[in-house]
Amino acid sequence: MNTFGKTLVAGALVFTVSMTGSATYAAGDAPHAPEHHWSFSGLFGTYDRAALRRGFEVYKGACAGCHGLRLVAYRNLMDIGFSEDEVKAIAAEVEVPAEPNDDGEIEDRPALPSDRFVSPFPNDNAARAANGGALPPDLSLIIKARLDGANYVHGVLTGYKDAPAGKKIPEGMNYNAYFAGNLIAMPPPLSDEGVDYSDKTKATVAQQAEDVVTFLSWAAEPELEERKRMGVKVILFLLLLTGLLYVVKRRIWADVH
Amino acid sequence: MAQFQKPAWLDNGLVRWVDHRLPIFTFMSHELYEYPTPRNLNYWWNFGSLAGIVLVIMIVTGITLAMHYTPHTALAFDSVERIMRDVNYGWLIRYIHMNGASMFFIVVYIHMFRGLYFGSYKAPREILWILGVVILLLMMATAFMGYVLPWGQMSFWGATVITNLFSAIPLVGDWIVTLLWGGFAVDNPTLARFFSLHYLMPFVLVGVIVLHIWALHVHGSNNPIGIDTKGEQDVIPFHPYYTVKDMFGLGVFLVFFAYFIFFAPNYLGHPDNYIEANSLSTPAHIVPEWYFLPFYAILRAVPANFVGEWVTAWMGFVLIEAKLAGVLAMFGSIAVLFVLPWLDRSPVRSSRFRPMYKWFFWIFLIVCIVLGYVGAKPAEGIYIVIGRVATVWYFAHFLAIIPLLAKFEKTKELPKSISEPVLGGGGGAASGAASKPMEKA
Repeated sequence: MNTFGKTLVAGALVFTVSMTGSATYAAGDAPHAPEHHWSFSGLFGTYDRAALRRGFEVYKGACAGCHGLRLVAYRNLMDIGFSEDEVKAIAAEVEVPAEPNDDGEIEDRPALPSDRFVSPFPNDNAARAANGGALPPDLSLIIKARLDGANYVHGVLTGYKDAPAGKKIPEGMNYNAYFAGNLIAMPPPLSDEGVDYSDKTKATVAQQAEDVVTFLSWAAEPELEERKRMGVKVILFLLLLTGLLYVVKRRIWADVH
Repeated sequence: MAQFQKPAWLDNGLVRWVDHRLPIFTFMSHELYEYPTPRNLNYWWNFGSLAGIVLVIMIVTGITLAMHYTPHTALAFDSVERIMRDVNYGWLIRYIHMNGASMFFIVVYIHMFRGLYFGSYKAPREILWILGVVILLLMMATAFMGYVLPWGQMSFWGATVITNLFSAIPLVGDWIVTLLWGGFAVDNPTLARFFSLHYLMPFVLVGVIVLHIWALHVHGSNNPIGIDTKGEQDVIPFHPYYTVKDMFGLGVFLVFFAYFIFFAPNYLGHPDNYIEANSLSTPAHIVPEWYFLPFYAILRAVPANFVGEWVTAWMGFVLIEAKLAGVLAMFGSIAVLFVLPWLDRSPVRSSRFRPMYKWFFWIFLIVCIVLGYVGAKPAEGIYIVIGRVATVWYFAHFLAIIPLLAKFEKTKELPKSISEPVLGGGGGAASGAASKPMEKA
């Protein structure tokens, strides 16, 4: 490759790196949450099935009271190892408006696996009214909707610390090391033994945080495992094809050189 | 040695029957089998056909996405998520389309910088170059409107910021903005017309690309040495030589593309776009997609008062607001490309024989990258200064440096022909570099 080539490639790399490092995201002045090792990171990462199940239990026990998961359907839980009967039972715990009956009245019916997770509040205003004016965001996409989402949410969940001396904490707010502005309306959602894990894992805050982030990552990117599996195959195929094309190219060009 | 022959299948009876009535096969033979291409094109010449292929990928995935997408403010965000979750391989199609936009710009920017480095815009290829700039503008409009469709926070606020720019145009500005919005704010009519136009524009692009290729095929490709081809010994037929070379390049590119689709699909995007649009909550920093950042930096580089007064002083009677000046600078940064063939009067095309222009080319490339970097940063402190300096340099490059170089630069002696670059004498190092890609190729 000539100088033009080398420099342009180098430039492109610098550009790509600087772009990601430099893009300003709405992270406020909170420090970046520390890197955590996730079962689903890396080229071959998959969601830890046991963590997903425990994570659902944490979501249900600690988050679902205020945070919805409206883009995920109950049936999707079958993709991560819940049986059909379990899913039916989980769905039936809540009621949703049914189709109009023969008299044209709309009654409530138990939710079905085909329904999406029923949000805890009927609308944003009701959610704010019940939470001192703060809006608990829907968690379906929270991992994708934050920069470095898995580490960020993990950081916030484990970031409840004593405020530094002199920092004023207004009524109804809590100090959090990783939330933008360090003030968060959500009280610490996790506590040791705050959830009873069905697999008897010891429910420390760290364990719950890791499990629920794994679950929420799946909720945001349910296609991740299939995507990575397919990606490995596609790239191997393309490398082979490209290699063959290179050989063909050499042969065809042989008489020009 | 390369042979310029009509393909054997032209003698097939059916082919001849059709060809006699619609000479499509003669056309193919002429533009592929008999089309003479300089024999010394390096891999930077792959990016034109690559851009065409990316456009096809975008159209195919886009048409598929449109089958499942709902252009309504209350439904758009969820319909995209439905594609991601419930449509068979919807996530794949959407990630190809989403990252394909970035790939399109990467490929086209490289294609353009190649043109700048090797002087591909010079006579007789001025119209070819101008059509390319038109293609860039159409791409930008298409990409901008496409980014609005998922109706996330950056979709909405990006649309608000960019459409508002048009209000700076004197007299008709407000009217244009209302027309863009279909009302008095970015809302459902805006989304609906953006969807409609986003679907239309790629086909307009195809039309302009046909003209671009037509113009290309009149005089053929420029080449790394930048001198005209001088007979059969300098050229080879496009097919099979460059078709196979383009195919190989496509393979390399697809590996790069696939990495993003499968392993970093949201790396080039902004997390805020996974939050549904909310007109009551403005994101802390509104940033466009990466491929618009240099232009965004130029837009913001114009000082609130300085240029207004400066321009007023020069124009005497026309009062230009800072916002308008910024908008003019941004559009001017592309408009200047239209007149580039007449700003650069140097008869030598390739940078290999232009020792000074070569340096200024690299400085210009760095300035563009710096502008992109500044565009991603908040408009405060040192970034404002850097942005302004880079913006001034951007325009100075075209309006001062290039015209002056054409006058004062002492260019190296050009080789006699493409096939005998070594015999040219004088340009030993340069011609050595010229033959290098061929050895590798």
